[in-house]
Amino acid sequence: MNKTWLIIQREFLNRVQKKSFLVATILIPLIFPVIMAVLIYVAKVQKENARKPVVHLVDEGNYLNINDTSRFIFKKFNGSIEDAKRAFSESDDFGLLHVPQINVFNPAGVTLYTKVNPGPGEVSDLESKIENKIKDIKMLRFKIDQKILDSLKTSVDIRSVTLSESGQEKASDTKVLFAIGMVGGIMIYIFIFVYGAQIMQGVIEEKMSKIVEVIVSSVRPFQLMTGKIIGLASVGILQFLIWIVLISTLSSLVLGYFGMSAPQMEMMNQANEQMANVPEYDPQLMSIMETVNQIPFTYIIFNFLFFFLGGYLLYGALFAAVGSAVDSPAEAQQFMFPITIPMLISYFALFTFILDDPHGPISVWLSIIPFTSPIAMMGRIGFGVPAWQLALSMVSLIGGFILTTWIAGRIYRVGILMHGTKVNYKVLAKWFMMKG
Amino acid sequence: MNALQVERVTKRYTNHTALDQVSLSVPEKSIFGLLGPNGAGKTTLIRIINQIISLDEGTITIFNERLHENHISVIGYLPEERGLYKKLKVGEQLLYLAQLKGLNRKEAQTRIKAWLQKFDILDWTGKKVEDLSKGMAQKVQFISTVMHEPKLIILDEPFSGFDPVNANLIRDEILELKEKGSTIIFSTHRMETVEELCDHIVLINKSKKILEGPKKEIKNNYKSFTFAVDHIGSFQLNGGNYEMIHQNKVEENTYRSLVRMKSPGNPNDLLKQLIEITEVHSFIEKVPSMNEIFIQLVKGGSDE
Repeated sequence: MNKTWLIIQREFLNRVQKKSFLVATILIPLIFPVIMAVLIYVAKVQKENARKPVVHLVDEGNYLNINDTSRFIFKKFNGSIEDAKRAFSESDDFGLLHVPQINVFNPAGVTLYTKVNPGPGEVSDLESKIENKIKDIKMLRFKIDQKILDSLKTSVDIRSVTLSESGQEKASDTKVLFAIGMVGGIMIYIFIFVYGAQIMQGVIEEKMSKIVEVIVSSVRPFQLMTGKIIGLASVGILQFLIWIVLISTLSSLVLGYFGMSAPQMEMMNQANEQMANVPEYDPQLMSIMETVNQIPFTYIIFNFLFFFLGGYLLYGALFAAVGSAVDSPAEAQQFMFPITIPMLISYFALFTFILDDPHGPISVWLSIIPFTSPIAMMGRIGFGVPAWQLALSMVSLIGGFILTTWIAGRIYRVGILMHGTKVNYKVLAKWFMMKG
Repeated sequence: MNALQVERVTKRYTNHTALDQVSLSVPEKSIFGLLGPNGAGKTTLIRIINQIISLDEGTITIFNERLHENHISVIGYLPEERGLYKKLKVGEQLLYLAQLKGLNRKEAQTRIKAWLQKFDILDWTGKKVEDLSKGMAQKVQFISTVMHEPKLIILDEPFSGFDPVNANLIRDEILELKEKGSTIIFSTHRMETVEELCDHIVLINKSKKILEGPKKEIKNNYKSFTFAVDHIGSFQLNGGNYEMIHQNKVEENTYRSLVRMKSPGNPNDLLKQLIEITEVHSFIEKVPSMNEIFIQLVKGGSDE
């Protein structure tokens, strides 16, 4: 045990003392706010300077008023469509919308001429403009007063509240929870790959430099493997904690610079506590703030660390086994496939099912099966996971990494002493079965 | 007392037996040669002694104790496939390896300094191994093997890759360690090393021990009672206990003959007889070299 501790220390110091660790640990949190700042700045500048694209309108039945939409400026053209086409092709404008005389109950023949392919958003913007207009015309034909029509238009923003069994109300904003799930899932995915690859690289280095036989004459191969895995895990956790501190400090600085300063947020929080439906505030922003305030960050960070560690240990052992079996990083590629598959499945499932439907059966099962649970559970955690599912997932993850560590240990102890052997899955199975 | 006692050790793999009922004893404070062709099972045996792999049958005792995890600190092992952490500094590297062998930090630091001083390489302490020449790295490697003052030192092909200067340095160091009371096991193909250094040898071929004993005794046993004689003028030897193997003309009228006794006898009798028939310039008994014995036994084995 004492020797495993020595190995953990050695591995930890080896990585932490490297320049690359220092660079990655400091630069990455700097890069994120910088990218954020640049994006916000660019978006701001673009919004200020943006000119909406111009659409020529040939409206033969005079259906549409030429009020601009959120996307377009309209320029009415009086004349035939042929003349309009000619004028349009000579201009630099975005498009030409031709609305012929139409039957409002079966509108047909509305055409948009453009020089480049229009995006679906742009087309639907125009469609809804025309649809709304046609609706109004129909309403008028049904003798409905314009005033009634106007009063029919309503805007609703649903405030989503989860009601716990104890009757406690919690505001939730699915966008925030979605973001938490996405960021958490992606971070676990990246962490496992980056640190898993480092374990593998470390094992291959020891094998290539041939120090490994010297070491295993002093410690058991299993101690060397677990020492390496745990040593790197502690580097990962250290790096993660530094990032959290740096990113949150820097991000609030950046946000503050662009007008969402922390004191203002505090003010909103206070207002929030006093009364939820203060009319002056934008209800959407209110709901985001309300949700952010109610997110149990300690709970999420604890679960993140647990599933990061669990997933890392589970995959780390497999990465170590692969490293022990090969003589060079290039050879490792052939064994990476089965390791990558469950990771990729959970990564894609994160975006296709889990964030969309966090309580659906696929999401639940993916978050319980140990090979996919670290990423899948991160996707679900913000939306609230029943305690029994969380417990089952944790227990099976612990069981899972004990299993993979055991399997990997059996391959590792043989693999590290084999040089120049051609290794395939059959050979790995043979090593696994081999007695000490 | 024997430093190491191996009794009827067997190790089987799926497709072959790496060691088959091998027994040997290594006397304390000796230099012991573990010989055998490639694939004979030497490395397997060494790995078993170092508890890197386990044995299937048999027992191993070290200084009269059954092999136990604590013996790691008693053994110093220089594997044939050896190396160091390239990115680690010499001092840190030696400290780490010494601590893994069970030395405490302070003790290890004192010894590292003493060894580096002894090899006159103290100013390398802060250098990374990747910046050292091969010869320098070999010295560091050797220090890491003996730093914890092991009573049993196992060296697998210790001189392979060493340049002659370092090889000599290491050889002197090995002899000094023996003087200080360590027992040294050599595994090697290089028979000149065996000839020069070993007191005892064992020969393993095809997973089985085929020869064991003190080097002198073995050489005597394999004596063929053959003598090389330089003499003037040709002669014939007929009958009796003596047999002429061949006779070469070296220079004008100077010949060299190879004469063998059919049954062991006194060389003086042969010499007396030769003096009567020729003018003897030199008379040397042909003692077989370890190399010859090795080749003879291993080849004989493969003819079975």
